[in-house]
Amino acid sequence: MSGELILFLVLALVAIATALGMLLNRNSVYSALFLVMNFIAVAVFYLLLGAPFIAMAQITVYAGAIMVLFLFVIMLLGAERLPDAKVLPRQKLFAYGLAAVLAAETIYLLVTRARPEGIVLPPDEAANATGTLVALGKTLFTSYLLPFEVTSILLLVAMIGVIVLVHREKGVQK
Amino acid sequence: MMLSDWTLWLEWFIKSLFVIFALLTGFAYLTWYERRALARIQVRIGPNRAGPFGLLQPIADAVKLIFKEELTPAKADKILFFWAPVITMVPSIIIAAVIPFGPTTNLFGREISLSVASLNVGVLYLASIASIAVYGIVLAGWSSNNKYAMLGGLRSSAQMVSYELSLGLMFVTAIILADSMNLHEIVNKQTDMWFAVAQPVGALVFLIVTLAEVNRAPFDMPEAEQELTAGYHSEYSGMKFALFFMAEYQKMIVISMIAATLFFGGYREFWFLKDTFFSVDRFWWLGPIYMFLKVVVLLFFMIWIRATWPRIRYDRLMAFGWKVLLPLSLVIALITGTGISLAEIYDNQLYFWAIPVISIVVGLFTVIFIYRELRRKAYERA
Repeated sequence: MSGELILFLVLALVAIATALGMLLNRNSVYSALFLVMNFIAVAVFYLLLGAPFIAMAQITVYAGAIMVLFLFVIMLLGAERLPDAKVLPRQKLFAYGLAAVLAAETIYLLVTRARPEGIVLPPDEAANATGTLVALGKTLFTSYLLPFEVTSILLLVAMIGVIVLVHREKGVQK
Repeated sequence: MMLSDWTLWLEWFIKSLFVIFALLTGFAYLTWYERRALARIQVRIGPNRAGPFGLLQPIADAVKLIFKEELTPAKADKILFFWAPVITMVPSIIIAAVIPFGPTTNLFGREISLSVASLNVGVLYLASIASIAVYGIVLAGWSSNNKYAMLGGLRSSAQMVSYELSLGLMFVTAIILADSMNLHEIVNKQTDMWFAVAQPVGALVFLIVTLAEVNRAPFDMPEAEQELTAGYHSEYSGMKFALFFMAEYQKMIVISMIAATLFFGGYREFWFLKDTFFSVDRFWWLGPIYMFLKVVVLLFFMIWIRATWPRIRYDRLMAFGWKVLLPLSLVIALITGTGISLAEIYDNQLYFWAIPVISIVVGLFTVIFIYRELRRKAYERA
């Protein structure tokens, strides 16, 4: 077995175990931490695939920024231990149906895309060239300019929305 | 595959050991340095009993801390209470992995670059590890099951997340100036001129933000004694407390190294000495020495600020981060990017030199704005 395969298997185990831990833990702080570990495991997958930029962005954005805010909210609300939540009507049915769809998708992808050698091909050569960042920036600002700008406007709208919601007029008591 | 080359493993191992050793001894003597410097500023003598000039004081402190009783609060979350100091400690060490301490040299017949890893996304690595560093403090606060610790942890997480934005924008500024994310290349681009000259306001903002990121005075909110006893580590004692202490001081050292690398020429000499006897191109071993000297100077500024400035009130701290530093760093990044691209398009260095001039003007305007705002508030209250 090559070193890369061993690394992959270990990482896969870690990723699955942390995902299960996140789902099954009753304490939401622990769940959040399991999710962080899962994000980091996924980031190492990206590293294995030769995409360091995505890996670092994954850690910075998900593990660093988003999950910290999650933890912040959990602690601020004191919602560490949730009582057994009320089950929505037919929730189980929906869950099983969606799980079946997901499993079917995964199997379809595995059957059609897997190669006989069992190798997942690394991403496009251009993206892996020495100037990964340069290539990435060029692609973002040429072929994907419109989605990029739309995303930034979306974020701006969200930001302004938050400010409007939180803003209090001077002298007006809430 | 290159992983089968055992000498490479050995090289990594030795370099990692060296970095960890340097950080640990650096921590021990930084406490001594801080106490001596603070004492000097406050017209005292400081620790001078253990060894010559009190040089053995850190060892005495370490022995004391190891033999202290360790307490775990009865209602604490035992698992996280144990892991929180570890989670705080690890990022403060591994963040040093990408920092270059010297140029690439030939030693024992092989090319050795004086950093543990030379990543082509080095700056992003710094940003991601810095963003992970919050966890230890938050978890310490939460797992102690103590309201003071909890409030300290929450305050610090809010503070670090807020100031991380400006930190990231200052990283961006350095990346724009260097045209690379590799820290080795960033340092090499500063051969002719430090980035602190091209972007003085940027360097200043970076230094202010780093103070907030490592929770140093005047931004040491998580540890505001009058309000929160000792903040997130109120319940910690003995060696576990020592780990938090260590992490804080190691973060100070590492963040000084990062500041030196991004804005003050890293392991390189002054730019006007580049063709002289003192150049690192001539003697590679000057690199670590220059780095050490720069870190000592930057650390002195941190200690000096702690000795002279009062703590900022918490709401002012957040207002300063969001309403002053964030817009200012956005403008700085914009000015830098525009200047560089205009200089490239019109092939005119004049545009490049407009960067520091305009930045300083913007910085002065910011200072005037803060001053007027504070005066207005003072009148309102009177």
